[in-house]
Amino acid sequence: MAEKKIKIIVAKPGLDGHDRGAKLLSRIFAEAGMEVVYTGLRQTPEMIVEAALQEDADVVGLSSLSGVHNYFFPKVVELLKEKKLANVLVVGGGIIPLEDIPTLKKAGIAEIFGPGTSTDTIVGFIKANVKSK
Amino acid sequence: MFNEKDLEKIKAGKKKWTEGTLAKTLSKAPEKKAKTTWSGTPVECLYTPAEVAGLDYENKLGYPGEYPYTRGVQANMFRGRFWTMRQYAGFGSAKETNARYRYLLGQGQTGLSVAFHLPTQAGYDSDHPLSMGEVGKVGAAIDHIGDIRILFDQIPLDKVTTSMTVNAAATVLLAMYMSVAEEQGVKYDQLGGTIQNDVLKEIICRGQYIYPPKPTMRLTVDLIEFCQKYVPRWNSISISGYHIRESGSTAAQEMAFTIADGIAYAEACAARGIAVDDFAPRLSFFFNAFTDVLEEVAKFRAARRVWAKIMKDRFKAKDPRSMMLRYHVQTGGVTLTAQQPLNNIVRVALQTFATALGGHQSLHTNSYDEALCLPTQGAVTVALRTQQIIAEESGACVTVDPLAGSYYVEYLTDKIEAEIFDYIKKIDAMGGTLTAIEQGYIQKEIQNSAYLFQKSIDSGERAYVGVNKYTMEEPPVTDLLRVDMKVGEEKAVELKQWRAKRDNAAWKKALDKLREVSKTDTNVMPTVIEAVKAGATVGEVCDVWREVFGQYRPKEFIS
Repeated sequence: MAEKKIKIIVAKPGLDGHDRGAKLLSRIFAEAGMEVVYTGLRQTPEMIVEAALQEDADVVGLSSLSGVHNYFFPKVVELLKEKKLANVLVVGGGIIPLEDIPTLKKAGIAEIFGPGTSTDTIVGFIKANVKSK
Repeated sequence: MFNEKDLEKIKAGKKKWTEGTLAKTLSKAPEKKAKTTWSGTPVECLYTPAEVAGLDYENKLGYPGEYPYTRGVQANMFRGRFWTMRQYAGFGSAKETNARYRYLLGQGQTGLSVAFHLPTQAGYDSDHPLSMGEVGKVGAAIDHIGDIRILFDQIPLDKVTTSMTVNAAATVLLAMYMSVAEEQGVKYDQLGGTIQNDVLKEIICRGQYIYPPKPTMRLTVDLIEFCQKYVPRWNSISISGYHIRESGSTAAQEMAFTIADGIAYAEACAARGIAVDDFAPRLSFFFNAFTDVLEEVAKFRAARRVWAKIMKDRFKAKDPRSMMLRYHVQTGGVTLTAQQPLNNIVRVALQTFATALGGHQSLHTNSYDEALCLPTQGAVTVALRTQQIIAEESGACVTVDPLAGSYYVEYLTDKIEAEIFDYIKKIDAMGGTLTAIEQGYIQKEIQNSAYLFQKSIDSGERAYVGVNKYTMEEPPVTDLLRVDMKVGEEKAVELKQWRAKRDNAAWKKALDKLREVSKTDTNVMPTVIEAVKAGATVGEVCDVWREVFGQYRPKEFIS
């Protein structure tokens, strides 16, 4: 039986316009056999969670380079839980100080990928940790 | 520059060397992989006059301060005066940022550069729902003229020049700046500085757009036209390749797409009926500097020559100032690594050296901790000192364009020039820059280069110190600069008071007038000035235009 494709929402929360990483990873995820939906810029947590719901996503990847991760990332996890989407794997990346990572993980973000992470590491993590529905 | 006979001799000599001396060396120790510039351009082992046989000195290089400006736009460049050292700064409140400015000026910085937080850049007030979590994060939280007063408190605006990074909302912030200068007793024609005002690259890659391309270009030209008449020393646009490069372009693409944007702005100004020699001298540019010193130097030289040719041949400029590519540089933010961050000091130093050898007008050096957070004061000081060391100690500034005549640098300069003209030709054939952007052509070209670069890092084909080579375990960096979430709460309270205490009737009248003027062809600047003086906030002015012009919703192109 063919393996079901992993479906991932790549999202840019807030007003941050740095989307090099988000777009690059969208292409890398697609090449790795995932089904990718890139939301574009200026997404509220509500919009991201709505996209996850509509698209029946397995994974949400959040990208932030403007220092708003501590506000936005936990908010997305919280709203996913409210929508009974607690199974969705949430990962994040961007300019995120290492000392913030424990708090983000405690809030339910499975992993944070900082600058310089190889794309294989990111793809590998998602494939190993995505939860079956 | 070389006569036929000499060239024949050199060609024969190089052939003999390649087949003899070089081949012998390579047979013992073959080169492991193809050599390229950081942008991926293949590079030969050796350059000789044969590779730059077409180097016609008088026509291609000429003399600094003269067409085609390959060697620089000023006759004696840094021998007379160093570039303006201008650190892009802003965080938290206007008050905190004002303190940072006064510190930097005290340390020998010679110009200011305002970083606005994202809500200001996107045209939202600090208490707007979309501003949640963003207030004061990547720049100063500026909502109204009162904030600009605090931002420049005790800074005489006739003595410093100021650069403002704001684009879609540029007219509003310039109106506030001019009004505060007026309050200080400084006249418009005494003001010097730059406003970014480059909305096309926001659509291409930076993301701080508000309105669709056409109306946003109208605001851009309104500002240029107003400055040309009333603020003659102001650079009314800074056409930016910086962000194009940060998004992943090559060095040649950075210059090509920026110049394509420049052509679009020049065409828009001409269409407004402004004579080329009235607007072109105040078009300024903004570029990146990466660590591959020689490629960067070639890129700057090539772009100067291309712009001069375009202004002369395509736009029929007569005034030499119209043909001069004058530019600000920022060292490459994206080249900084979060791993072993002190290594970034070396990268920034090389990038500064490249910039100085390339012959710029002003420079921001990044701080070594910027792959982690906004710069701390200690890191900013090192960054500023880096500029001062290159200026005072490196020898890069004692003569003009010192790398001219290097076979390799001249070869690369020609190659990048050819690449730029190829892109311009392609974009022209598509129907111009706006069409190329609408079709996602420029975006996809940049993304593809970003992808190829990432692949070369992931595969280890290209070494990146501390990232995929010479890595080590290290403890997390602490003592990072943090912006308190309280800034947002305080700003919301302050905004409420601001709106309560202004003259409501005058404020409403000013915004109504702005709405009406915006629907006509009349230049909006005078009306924007009235509105901000009546207490209108950035968000309120931008809301009027959202209503009149609509909002831009980009198509996303993933290449």
